[in-house]
Amino acid sequence: MKFSYFPGCTLKNKAKDLDLWARKSAEALGAELCEIENWQCCGGVFTSSADEIATKLSSVRILKAARERGLVTVCAACHNVVKQTNCAMRDDAEFCAKVNRYMGEDEYRGETEVYHYLELLRDVIGFDTLKKKVKNPLKGKKIAAYYGCLLLRPSKVIGLDDPENPMVMENMIKALGADPVYFARRNECCGAYTVMEDPAIAKKNSESIVKNAALQGADMIVTACPLCYYNLKKNGDSIPVYYFTELLAEALGVKEGENE
Amino acid sequence: MNNQALKKEILRMSGTDPMKCMACGKCTATCPAFDEMEYHPHQFVSMIKNANIAPLIRSESVYKCLTCFACAERCPRGVEPAKLIEAVRLVAIRPQGKNRMTAGDIAEKLDDDMPQQAIVAAFRKYTK
Repeated sequence: MKFSYFPGCTLKNKAKDLDLWARKSAEALGAELCEIENWQCCGGVFTSSADEIATKLSSVRILKAARERGLVTVCAACHNVVKQTNCAMRDDAEFCAKVNRYMGEDEYRGETEVYHYLELLRDVIGFDTLKKKVKNPLKGKKIAAYYGCLLLRPSKVIGLDDPENPMVMENMIKALGADPVYFARRNECCGAYTVMEDPAIAKKNSESIVKNAALQGADMIVTACPLCYYNLKKNGDSIPVYYFTELLAEALGVKEGENE
Repeated sequence: MNNQALKKEILRMSGTDPMKCMACGKCTATCPAFDEMEYHPHQFVSMIKNANIAPLIRSESVYKCLTCFACAERCPRGVEPAKLIEAVRLVAIRPQGKNRMTAGDIAEKLDDDMPQQAIVAAFRKYTK
């Protein structure tokens, strides 16, 4: 089972744990992630204005390169940007025509299948299979899954899960042998990129998210987004924050013998 | 550009229809940037509807929106205020010399753990 893979800028730098353990775990589950050649950064946020063309070209090039095998992303931001761009290419004829002026003779019309890594686990590999491959069940761990905004919204485009009651990460946690902890603020924003301009906004939002998870009895928080990871870690010291792929790799036993 | 022309431009860019708004206030009630905003999501909707746009363009509120899409997701009428705020922000930063952030500003904002994602996302939001 081979898929095209787009890691994105942060996974090659500050979020290496998100990338490395995603690849190793996929390998253990029989899926090979083939990194696209010469990829460019997706831009970090999708600009919803219909007349923004240039800012979306890098995503279209990524999608075009992944036509044959389908595209897997892990970073929540990359997934959000690339998936929204793909839907716009498929559904907005005017946007599609303008973009294709930059694409040479080989036109693209939104035909690539886009999977977030969690969708690969749930819909392609399956949580039952995942459960069977677990070597070190994470027994007794109480894990709060933090979704934030990018994995879920806008739901009619992203379509990964119910935007108000998502279950995909909790079901993964169950398959790994741990106990999911549900908390109210798991789909509220951490403060995102405003941390560059006004860290107080990120502090207020992130603190309340970590506090909420801790109050519900969680030992730790997992996320799929490097910016959420940064904001939560920086502003909430009561419980640790990990990438979901770190726990996945631990449970699958692929972390053993690796230099962490 | 006068207010009516601006309204037309913003509606074209956002692809949303503020006339569908029934003024329930759910967008503002759910906004995580509420405390930081001078004009709140429901006010963006009503002021754009009434072509009272100049104050929005001048307001800091356009840079406080997190684009988390909570307002858009939870709007019972599909108005999607986040897309309207995004369009106003673009109208504010697109003219020459109006970039909110420059490459020179980045260095002092960094710390050792800050992910690249924060930089590229902020750049895309604050710079044309």
